[in-house]
This record gives sequence, C-alpha cells and structure tokens, in this order.
Amino acid sequence: MASGAELIRKVKEQIEEVDPKDVHDLSQNGSGAVIVDVREQHEFEEAHVPGAVHVPRGHLESRIEGEVGDRSKRVILYCASGNRSALAAHTMQELLGYEDVASMRGGITLWKDRGYDVEVPRALTPEQRERYSRHVLIPEIGLEGQLKLLDAKVLLLGAGGLGSPAALYLAAAGVGTLGIVDNDVVDLSNLQRQVAHSNDRIGVPKVDSAEIAIHEINPDVKVEKYPVRLGADNIMEIIEGYDVIVDGLDNFPTRYLLNDASVRTQTPVVSASILGFEGQLSVFHPYEGPCYRCLYPTPPPAELAPSCGAAGVLGVLPGVMGLLQSVEVIKLVTGAGDTMAGRLLLYDALGTTFTELKVRRDPDCPICSREPDEISDEEMGVFPDYEAFCAGAG
Amino acid sequence: MSTIKIPPVLRGSVGGAKEVEVSGADVGEVLRALAAEHPATESQLFSEDGELNRYVNVYLNDEDVRVLDGLGTSVSESDTVVILPAMAGGGR
Repeated sequence: MASGAELIRKVKEQIEEVDPKDVHDLSQNGSGAVIVDVREQHEFEEAHVPGAVHVPRGHLESRIEGEVGDRSKRVILYCASGNRSALAAHTMQELLGYEDVASMRGGITLWKDRGYDVEVPRALTPEQRERYSRHVLIPEIGLEGQLKLLDAKVLLLGAGGLGSPAALYLAAAGVGTLGIVDNDVVDLSNLQRQVAHSNDRIGVPKVDSAEIAIHEINPDVKVEKYPVRLGADNIMEIIEGYDVIVDGLDNFPTRYLLNDASVRTQTPVVSASILGFEGQLSVFHPYEGPCYRCLYPTPPPAELAPSCGAAGVLGVLPGVMGLLQSVEVIKLVTGAGDTMAGRLLLYDALGTTFTELKVRRDPDCPICSREPDEISDEEMGVFPDYEAFCAGAG
Repeated sequence: MSTIKIPPVLRGSVGGAKEVEVSGADVGEVLRALAAEHPATESQLFSEDGELNRYVNVYLNDEDVRVLDGLGTSVSESDTVVILPAMAGGGR
C-alpha cells in the first residue's frame, strides 16, 4: 500500500502542474480559463486568488458542474500548497472527464510569495452564518444578498399595526439598521395587532418597546429611534441616508409629505394601508415608477377617509400587509425579483381575493415630473384643499 | 351587466354590497347607473359640475380609466369597474 506522500507524488506525475506566474498571466489576459479554489470555506474567506470560484474538494464531484459545465474548458485548480488541488485535478481528469485541467504548483502560498494580489472577501461571522443560513441557501439572496441586508438602512414610519410585523421580520432577516419614527406610547387597545409590543410594556414609548422586541430577535440590529411626529420641519433630516422607507402612516397629510420628501431624496417607499378587512400595497420608487401623487393626486375629504382607530380593523390584516411590505423591502435591498413599483395590490381578507391594478407615472405629476432639486420646502406635503382637509380631519 | 367593485368606504351607501351589477355602455354611464340606483354614492363619486371627483380612481379591469378614454371608456358585459379611493390607515 502506498503512503499518502507517495500517492500525491504519483498523482502529480499524471496531471499537469502550472506555475503561479502562468496562472497570473492567464488571469490578466482574459483567457476564459476558470480558476477554482478547492480549499475549505474558512480558508477561501481569509483570502483567495482574484476571480476564483470556490468549490471545496469535499464537494468537488457534486458541485463542479455547476461552476464549470463545459468539460473542454481550461480549468486551473489551486489549494494552499498544491497537494489537494493535484488530487482534485486527477479526479476531474480521470473520473469526471474534464479535458484541460491543471493544478497550480505551490498553491496560494507560492502565489502570495510571488507578490501577486489576493482578494479578501467580506464574510459573515460564524454566528451570522448560522443565523442567516436559510437565506444564504437560496440563490436569489445568497451570501451577497445577506451582506446587502446587513449593510441596509431601513426606516419604519410608525411602530403600529404595519410597522410591528415589519420591524420583527426585517430584524430577523438581518437588516443592519432599522430606524423607527413614532411618538406614541403602547396602549392596551394596540395589542390586538401591534405585535412588536407587549402587555408589560403598556405605557412605554413605542420606539423603546419596538427596540426591545427587535433586540430579543436579533441583537445585532442597530436601532435608531425617533420619538417624534413626522413633519415638514424634520422629515428631510430623518429620511436622509436611509435606503428604503416603510410607510405605515395613518393620515393623508403625512403621506403626501413623505411622498414629496422621498422624491427629493429618491428613496423608494414601500407603502401599505389598511381598513376593516382590506389592504392596499404598492412601491413608490421615485423616477423609476409612479409616485404616490401619480396614483392619488388628491386625498378624499375627511368623512371618506376614516382611520383605523375610528373604523376598526381586523388585527391580523396589518400583519399580512406589513409582511408583504417586508418582502418588498428585502427585494429592493437585494435586487431579487420584481417589486410592486407600478402596481397596486388590493387584498380583501373576507373574500380572500387579491386584485392587482396598474399604476402609471403621471407625466403631469406636480412632484415627480420635476427634478428633485426643483421641489421646494414650502410645497412639500401640500395638496389642493389642504387646509380644508386638515380642518375637517380635526 | 357590468360589475362594479365597491370599496369599503362606499359600502354603507350601497347597502353593504361589495359588488353591484349595473348596465351602461361606458364608464360614465355605469357610474351614473350606480348613482341612480344608490343616490348616496352620487356626491362621493361626482362633483357638483358632474365630473368624477379627483380623489376617486376608477379602473376598467386593471387599467386606470385616466389612461384610457376617461368616463367615455367603453365597457363590455364581462368587464369589471373598480372604484378606488385612497386609504391612509396604518393600524395605529
């Protein structure tokens, strides 16, 4: 029986070995050769050859076809010192039918000794890898998407019926920073639907209560609290720097104000509203789709715009709508899928019907038909009959 | 007969129905037939000069009638007209 060292020596005689210099030349001249790192995950994450794909040797047989489907393609394998890659090259050549495989002599150690650059990828900590493993496993999110979520700043307007489920699930999903704007305190009548709060936090400011709930799920999330009422005087300052805004506002004047401010900052807004058993959902992505004013040029009079407080709402409904909003946020951040921009979803919980309507950009929209810097502070949130509306709303 | 989907805020004006069947050759006729049958909806749909209120969006199937022919958009028997007022509730 041959020793391990003898086996490796024999294998190396049967395969082609190339010098790091040749691999470096290949990688510079765009030859189309595929460079494969066959080391373990943690080794790859420390540093790897720029542009290399990662297929650990233990998964070579099951995964290499996913990375290199064409068996006639030039493939260069490397590991730390050139032994594992030699064995892997032998397997690909003899057992998997790859026609043009080579192993890089001396591995990444010799590559570095020669002074060639390495790529140090950003990685998840072991704890994060475990926590977000089910995200990383789906190709549409993957490691890249998870890193985008961790870098994302999402602003929740309201920690009420819509904001509660959004806060909990976006925290669980690993959104790095969650801002919460709410000047209310937790009331017993909120607990029928506002699941970020709890019985023992009645009387506590909602921003503080939501922060506790968020950190119970995911202590890594940074929470920025704004215990204020959103107004023309503070909105630009608050929304600046956020990647996505989740609109769970309960009144029209602030929704128009938000629209105009978000067009100025070009921040996408995931908007939902609820009443009784029905919900509406859309994404207003400034300049890529319609804005809120394109859909609703003017709000209805106060008597036709009852609030949930006055009219009642099925407690589960904001849960459904707030989670649909959260899905849109994840898609906006990661770039996966198609968002609801340009579409409006109507959900009727009683009949379990979903109706989808088209929403078009209005070429004459008073706000988004203009450049962001043309919109002034004075006109933000103003709409026809604004004063009468607000007087009627009391 | 075409189907009109009635939003929650207008249901009180039509006896609680979610959908109402009415006849009409275009969107304007259909909405006027609704207003004739359920007079309480008239002032909510139309302004005093007979125009559709600006805060009411009307869709023929999934398309906003503003990008079609407005109230003059033809309606066939199998079409659904959706009346959509803005909602602002956030579950506060």
